[in-house]
Amino acid sequence: MDVKKIPKFIFLGASLLSVGITLAILGFMVVLAYPIFSQGMFWDMLIQPWSPGQGLFGIGPMIVGTMSIALLAVGVSFPLCCGVACFVGVLHPRGKGKMLKGLVESMTAIPTVIYGFVGIFLLVPLVRGLFSQGSGMCILSAGMMLGVLISPTMILFFSQSFSLVPLGYLNAADALGATTAQKFFYIILPCAWKSMVSGLILSFGRAMGDTLIALMISGNAVGFPGSILDSARTLTAHIGLIIAADFDSIEFKTLFVCGICLYAMTGIGVILVRLLAGKGRG
Amino acid sequence: MQTRSWLWDSGFALFAWGCSLALVGVVFIILGFLVVKGFHTLTPTLIVGDTPFWEALLLKRQVFDGLFPAIVGTLCLILLAMVFALPLGLFTGIFLAEYASFRVKWVFSIVFDILAGIPSIVVGLFGFSVTLFLHHYFFAQLFPCLLISALSLAFLVLPYMIRTTQMALESLPLGVRMTAIGLGATKFQNIIYVLLPASISAIVSGIILSIGRCAEDTAVIMLTGAVATAGIPRSLFSSFEALPFYIYYISSQYADQSELMKGYGACLVLIFICMILFVLAHLIKTKVSQKLMYRS
Repeated sequence: MDVKKIPKFIFLGASLLSVGITLAILGFMVVLAYPIFSQGMFWDMLIQPWSPGQGLFGIGPMIVGTMSIALLAVGVSFPLCCGVACFVGVLHPRGKGKMLKGLVESMTAIPTVIYGFVGIFLLVPLVRGLFSQGSGMCILSAGMMLGVLISPTMILFFSQSFSLVPLGYLNAADALGATTAQKFFYIILPCAWKSMVSGLILSFGRAMGDTLIALMISGNAVGFPGSILDSARTLTAHIGLIIAADFDSIEFKTLFVCGICLYAMTGIGVILVRLLAGKGRG
Repeated sequence: MQTRSWLWDSGFALFAWGCSLALVGVVFIILGFLVVKGFHTLTPTLIVGDTPFWEALLLKRQVFDGLFPAIVGTLCLILLAMVFALPLGLFTGIFLAEYASFRVKWVFSIVFDILAGIPSIVVGLFGFSVTLFLHHYFFAQLFPCLLISALSLAFLVLPYMIRTTQMALESLPLGVRMTAIGLGATKFQNIIYVLLPASISAIVSGIILSIGRCAEDTAVIMLTGAVATAGIPRSLFSSFEALPFYIYYISSQYADQSELMKGYGACLVLIFICMILFVLAHLIKTKVSQKLMYRS
């Protein structure tokens, strides 16, 4: 064998191993959840309620919980992040904006568990006092804290997509006497909305995939939530609470169904972002 | 017309200012809350409990009611995870940037994007179930432990490592890329002696950011072997304590006010560690490495 080829094979081997790990994670979950597929219970499980007493092990409430918390988080942080991204990218690209961007970047270094901790001891009592109902551990608290968690991702993505708008367009608008707001609405927004959508999808994925905040401050009740002041359990929290650990029990298998759902949803998100990026270039 | 555009303009500015102030306010409230509540706990007692400071640090005496075992556990975890993730991530990044054909690169980077998007709890579930599987069928003495946690964490940070290496190599200018080849170097020599040294600052700062992720992640380790009290990890196959898990545990199981205060202290320590790593990564990315590179 040619000696010069050895490094290439080592590098190739490492890459194949990395790809293998990604596929193994999915494969392992599918194998362990296989009995559920083979009995044709998979689709029922996605909508059924969770009541082990009646032999129902559906993860419907968790899917609703995940979706409502993630949607609320994105809904809370989207307008906020738009404003901050405008400040950083359009209004004050230097000076104050740069300082704010530094702060946002350093927010990415704050551990998730810290947000959860502050959520329990600051936000939850606040929500409890404000609405004087229940324990304060509800979709609203979790969604708000999660909104703070995902905002750096969203802001950095948005401000980056603003900065990719060709400078010539902006100069042309300036030369025609456009105000800052006109420049933003007529030039920057039409150019950047596609990558903003990508940022939105990625942040939604982050909100959906987060475990600690949901586990710590959403209350983890297993019923279908009726309002945003109800306690709810997310898919991630359901896995985190590990309710059983023997291979034959159906409770244990539901964990893998949750895992497959999360894997599938984030995978679809990634592929959507890819498609958007590809279209944008072409 | 003039007034209308003026209204729009000032409304726009007002909105941006308002949102920015709100965000800054939220961040300061979060950090301020922790500092106000936990600042007075920041004493040597928080770290080592009642044990004399140096004896604890030199591992002579076991620490029972301090954060010391948790900090040591986190450090062990980071070190081990890096041992696994570093070579794998670097090699894969090099392969993608330098060897892979366009189509292979496209497929592989989608796969790594998906790996980056997988929620950490799913990676933890994978580690947990693989351990359980091995325990049932092959090694009955294997339980969730330090080694399993470190491996799972390595999978978690692998995509970041791959992407920073790949991006760092791909962003090198063509001139740097071609010079050594023109002088007759092989492709491998070019990578080792020219391309990697030239992109080392970006790669190192990526590594430090991955270390930060290892330090903060809780979802993976709580399924793969972190426990509330274990002392300093004795071997790769023992369970261990870790700072983020300790914070999570305290928040749900604290027995009295002094334990809760230790939780605040642990939060501050963890933020401090993560901020140091973050600042380090930034410094390396911007200044330090360039100086080092041009001096040598």
